[in-house]
Amino acid sequence: MTLERPSSAIADSENTDDALAARAALNQRTTAHTRVQLLRVVGLLVGLGVLVLCVMLSISVGAKPIPLPTVWHALIDDQGSYNQDVIFELRLPRTVLGIAIGASLGVAGALMQALTRNPIADPGLLGINAGAAMAVVVAIFIFGLTDLTSYVWFGFLGAAVTAFVVYFLGSRGRTGATPVRLALAGTAVAAVLIGLMNGIVIVNDFVFDQIRFWQVGSLVGRDMAIFAQVLPFLLIGLAIALFLGSSLNAIALGEDMAAALGARINRTRAVSALAIVLLCGGATAAAGPIGFVGLTIPHVARAITGPDQRWVLPYSAVLAAILLVGADTLGRIVLPSGELEVGIITALVGAPVFIALVRRTRMAQL
Amino acid sequence: MSEPARLWGENLTLAYDQRVISRELGITIPDGSLTVIVGPNACGKSTLLRALSRMLKPAAGAVHLDGRLISSYPSKEVARRLGLLPQSSIAPDGITVADLVARGRYPHQKFLKQWSRADERIIAEAMAATRVSDLGSRMVDELSGGQRQRVWLAMVLAQQTPLLLLDEPTTYLDIAHQMDVLDLCAELHHDRGHTLVAVLHDLNHACRYATHLIAMSDGQVVAQGDPAEIITAELVEEVFGLPCRIIPDPETGTPLVVPADRRGKIAKRAAARQDGSTPPEEAPVAAGARQSA
Amino acid sequence: MSTTKSQPAPAADRTRQGRRDSGDAVRVVRLAGDAVSFRLRTRMTFIYGTLVAATLVVFAITLMVGDYEIPLPRVLLALTGEGERLDVFFVQGMRLPRALTAILVGAALGVAGAVFQSLSRNPLGSPDIIGFTSGAATGAVLTILVLGGGMTQTSIGAVIGGLGTAGLVYLLALKRGVQGYRLILVGIGVNAMLLSARDYLMTRAELTEAMTAQVWLVGSLNGRDWTQVVAVSCGTGVLIPLILGLGPRLRLMEMGEDSARALGVPTQATQATALLTASALTGFGIAVAGPIGFIALAAPQLARRLVRANGTTLLGAGLMGGFLLLTADLIAQRALAPIQLPVGVVTAVVGGSYLVWLLYREWRTGRG
Repeated sequence: MTLERPSSAIADSENTDDALAARAALNQRTTAHTRVQLLRVVGLLVGLGVLVLCVMLSISVGAKPIPLPTVWHALIDDQGSYNQDVIFELRLPRTVLGIAIGASLGVAGALMQALTRNPIADPGLLGINAGAAMAVVVAIFIFGLTDLTSYVWFGFLGAAVTAFVVYFLGSRGRTGATPVRLALAGTAVAAVLIGLMNGIVIVNDFVFDQIRFWQVGSLVGRDMAIFAQVLPFLLIGLAIALFLGSSLNAIALGEDMAAALGARINRTRAVSALAIVLLCGGATAAAGPIGFVGLTIPHVARAITGPDQRWVLPYSAVLAAILLVGADTLGRIVLPSGELEVGIITALVGAPVFIALVRRTRMAQL
Repeated sequence: MSEPARLWGENLTLAYDQRVISRELGITIPDGSLTVIVGPNACGKSTLLRALSRMLKPAAGAVHLDGRLISSYPSKEVARRLGLLPQSSIAPDGITVADLVARGRYPHQKFLKQWSRADERIIAEAMAATRVSDLGSRMVDELSGGQRQRVWLAMVLAQQTPLLLLDEPTTYLDIAHQMDVLDLCAELHHDRGHTLVAVLHDLNHACRYATHLIAMSDGQVVAQGDPAEIITAELVEEVFGLPCRIIPDPETGTPLVVPADRRGKIAKRAAARQDGSTPPEEAPVAAGARQSA
Repeated sequence: MSTTKSQPAPAADRTRQGRRDSGDAVRVVRLAGDAVSFRLRTRMTFIYGTLVAATLVVFAITLMVGDYEIPLPRVLLALTGEGERLDVFFVQGMRLPRALTAILVGAALGVAGAVFQSLSRNPLGSPDIIGFTSGAATGAVLTILVLGGGMTQTSIGAVIGGLGTAGLVYLLALKRGVQGYRLILVGIGVNAMLLSARDYLMTRAELTEAMTAQVWLVGSLNGRDWTQVVAVSCGTGVLIPLILGLGPRLRLMEMGEDSARALGVPTQATQATALLTASALTGFGIAVAGPIGFIALAAPQLARRLVRANGTTLLGAGLMGGFLLLTADLIAQRALAPIQLPVGVVTAVVGGSYLVWLLYREWRTGRG
């Protein structure tokens, strides 16, 4: 218990001029606050720098390596060379998609954890991954579709419908969509969908063969068309998320306190859920379920910034983008031939770093 | 003392992880007393109670119960000698009052002997003593705060221990229910000869009911003894940092703590602020406050 | 509470006590004076009896139906070893061991689930947190796809994987004691790596082998024989009674650690024993049938709601688990016959739908 006794507080302040003391304390706090803010801004800029580096590497690395200076020249100056074709046709779209998906997953994870006040909440908790996977299975099984572009629409639709069902189920009754209810409803709905999916997959080799690759999560073969399909969703989702920071800060204090502070809890929850569906649904539709990013990146972001959601959200976006683009690049060079899917690399590379971080620091709890 | 008390602790160093609350604390609970522990927030009252009831293992020192180290007893054996009402307990969903009280019989039950006639009688008595007999078949979650606290007390009573430790038994209760609980404590002490130890926040209640008062500050015992002898304005100011007067309680004659009126000073400072001048320098009112904070 | 009229010992005296508001009547049974005495809740006794009876009925049906149907009299004959050779072959050689495995694995999962839910005071509590299930799954997939192991080897691979992962997570989280929060986060990290490895193996394998691994991952009782029955009955025979003995302490611990300790429950020892035994039970279940979902989650909740108990009902969770898995397996065998679904598909779909319905109903009425 660290509560200061009111009596001693009054007694202490009697000795000094209240106004002067208050001003001095305020000055001190403002200076400290400015310093912290500055550090956070610098940190974010450093993160962006690292991201740019990752992007350059991502463009440079591949079946035909392009030296970094050439990449730089090709990007800033249109020469119409062969390298430029490779860059603009193949590598740049994939890299940009990587950034968008990474940022979306990171932000969606941070939103989900803030919304449910649950450290193990990931965007999949709303049933999004299960819904998207089920819809893709239906696309293959019933409609016989096997191209990535049509998966995107089915995946997104499946994710959105499932999330809506989960949210509807969780928000019934008097108390609305409380964190525990969302988690329970999400688990239940996801279980049914995964069960059905397994049922279909096991009696049908062809569907299984398609879905086992989709389920890993990969950027292979994703072109500009797919990027254009999901970009609007991701952008709207990100825009909404950036405005939610302060409301989520209030919610972190508990429902009663948040209401007392004037936060509109139900609206914040619903808007957050919408942003999660747009971000995570779009990302999953484009690249398949990539699990690790949304779950862990917010923890890393909180370890750096502390629990202020206004900073956690942008940091999550940048860090997750770095992880995804970096992992995708790494996946292209680790195997002697062929490449390793980004969904596999993110966890294999990210998890040891994450565990080391968990061991070293006192993680900021929710 | 010719014969050591049933419950005492020596050289106790109490700590949570690295944070030390008390150092080399010695304490004796007089047999047959109604001992009340008072002190400001975070002074280590509850920590001491937890150590005395083997909830907290002392970092150094030892607690003795009936002539042996408390840690040398089997868990159930301690529970047959010493009962504890913790600050927070969780009533399982959908449990009835009678069932909850019955759980107090756990330390007495054996594998084949789950529900003896004695169990039944003792539970009925415990419920009668706390006046919850009528609530037997009600769900605990439907009860009011005061009723619930009495039910928890009944559960501890059903344990039938000669020693009873109560951690803030009156918190969250209105004044009438507070008095009910304290009357019940006094009754147990008088009529049944139980030894009770309670942590209380209200000094005046403590003075009225305690036969033995322990005042703690900053993890140490500052004073102990008959409340009438040890409660002085100096002690209250030292322990709580609260200037006050002590007058005899018009009902019982026990000490009554009346805090000093500070509204005058507040008005004076407000006036001074309006004049734009600084108020005259005053002597520190509460030197003890910072000492003990 | 009314006092009971005393009866001369040593006759068994059964006295009916007043009915509860909850509609729950209690009987006190006393033998030999006070030497043996316990309470029986009428509702609980009734529900448990019904569960046992229902399990027996489904058990009998499981032995009878299939592509080759055997009427009940011939099943009974075959059980004693008499009767036609084909009957004996089907009943004793195939259906009986499979049904027994279902009941035992279901009971093990139900009891283990109840323990995890009780300890974590969380209706979603499960051994997944320490990475046990994920490790077992990856161990099994590795055995099937890389080492080309059969059923027994897969079981061994799963157990090694599960124990290894749980140990690894525990060790990685160990740093001046294990802190709950750190344990969970380390578990997430290790889980993610295992999932990656599994994904990698699944995408690089031949289709047929990947399918075998997938069926195992869903959880199946196809082709379980007496080897599995012996293994799982040894495990459950020791572990379930051990856990049932911990029941009263677990129920007291649900009132908060301090309250339980004040009543004389050695909380830390109880917690460690319960965790270990429940993990071992889960391990036996997974080794024999793969990671069948939802039994561990749903059986304790169902049992508790039916009995209207005010705490964990370990025995009820076990009975319910056995009944559920046996029924689910019957559905899995017959629903799309001759296609044999893995039982895990049925438990997930039926169990999940039930949970959705339950939540929908409870939340609509404003409870929970």
